[in-house]
Amino acid sequence: MSAPDPAASSGLPFQLPPGAGPDAPVFAEPWQAQAFALAVALNERGLFTWTEWAAALSREVARPGAAADGSDYYAHWLAALEVLLREKGVAGPELVEALSASWQRAAHATPHGQPIRLENDPEFSRR
Amino acid sequence: MTHDHHTHDHDHPHDHHHDNELDPFAARVKALETILTEKGLIDPAAIDAIVETYEHKVGPRNGARVVAKAWVDQEFAERLARDATAAIASLGYTGRQGEHMQAVFNTPDTHNLIVCTLCSCYPWTVLGVPPVWYKAPPYRSQAVINPRGVLAEFGLKLPEDTRIRVWDSTAELRYMVVPMRPVETDGLSEDELARLVTRDSMIGTGLPLRPGSLGPGALWPPEADPGAGI
Repeated sequence: MSAPDPAASSGLPFQLPPGAGPDAPVFAEPWQAQAFALAVALNERGLFTWTEWAAALSREVARPGAAADGSDYYAHWLAALEVLLREKGVAGPELVEALSASWQRAAHATPHGQPIRLENDPEFSRR
Repeated sequence: MTHDHHTHDHDHPHDHHHDNELDPFAARVKALETILTEKGLIDPAAIDAIVETYEHKVGPRNGARVVAKAWVDQEFAERLARDATAAIASLGYTGRQGEHMQAVFNTPDTHNLIVCTLCSCYPWTVLGVPPVWYKAPPYRSQAVINPRGVLAEFGLKLPEDTRIRVWDSTAELRYMVVPMRPVETDGLSEDELARLVTRDSMIGTGLPLRPGSLGPGALWPPEADPGAGI
């Protein structure tokens, strides 16, 4: 590794992003923290091993088009989680799509300042 | 938790006069939480506790304590070199995923750098959640191909004859760098030494601070309570 610098022979050049100090927040948005915690909790519960998790996440981050600044990292994380939940027979994409849409309708129907509840979805019906 | 303040008005196709909005990612996470809670696979309170832990409790100050102890306690340093998982656990820091830890020690001849080329494996127990750049494609590829160039980006220029060893983490085995103790630190206590240990110095993209230079990069601002561990 002590060979002369091969001026970035392949791949993307590394540049330290601005504001990348140690004080940068751990998660940029609350959903990222929630998605992170879901994977940790499900692993602890034994739904998948951490090796399975790392393999699923590796597949997602290796897809073409990943952002060079890493800003889409938790989108990959979430995609990996959905893949594992599908593979483990916990939740298929149709259910996730339907419930996501329901949560979005519920949010639209909820007056600002009040907690969003799934029941607020105008199309809500108990499954 | 149910009220998401992180909504944005840009890219907003409709006029919704201040009602709530969930962006697609937030909505998907909500959907997963709903499914998993109904199936009894998660407890929402436990999810909140995990978030709290990783946002506020687990972080590089854990690793800084490990390093400082290794600097002052030769017997601990030897245990850390032999069985890092056990040595780190003896300080109360244990991994959640059953991963093994290996501590790699910088020497005058060799500088160590950690990376995860495949995804983002990282020693959470001692360093918390990795910084964004660690997870991004350029670092993951360039740390192996051109480590000197990466270190230069961090402002770290090593002597030409210093060997750089790059350690590629996996889900089962994660590395932490034990940097060399800075010079002119003979009189410092373990706590004071721990303040010199930065996150980046334990990844290998930086060096510990020098005494009297507690500034940007310090894990504890001088007024913070260094005893507030986990």
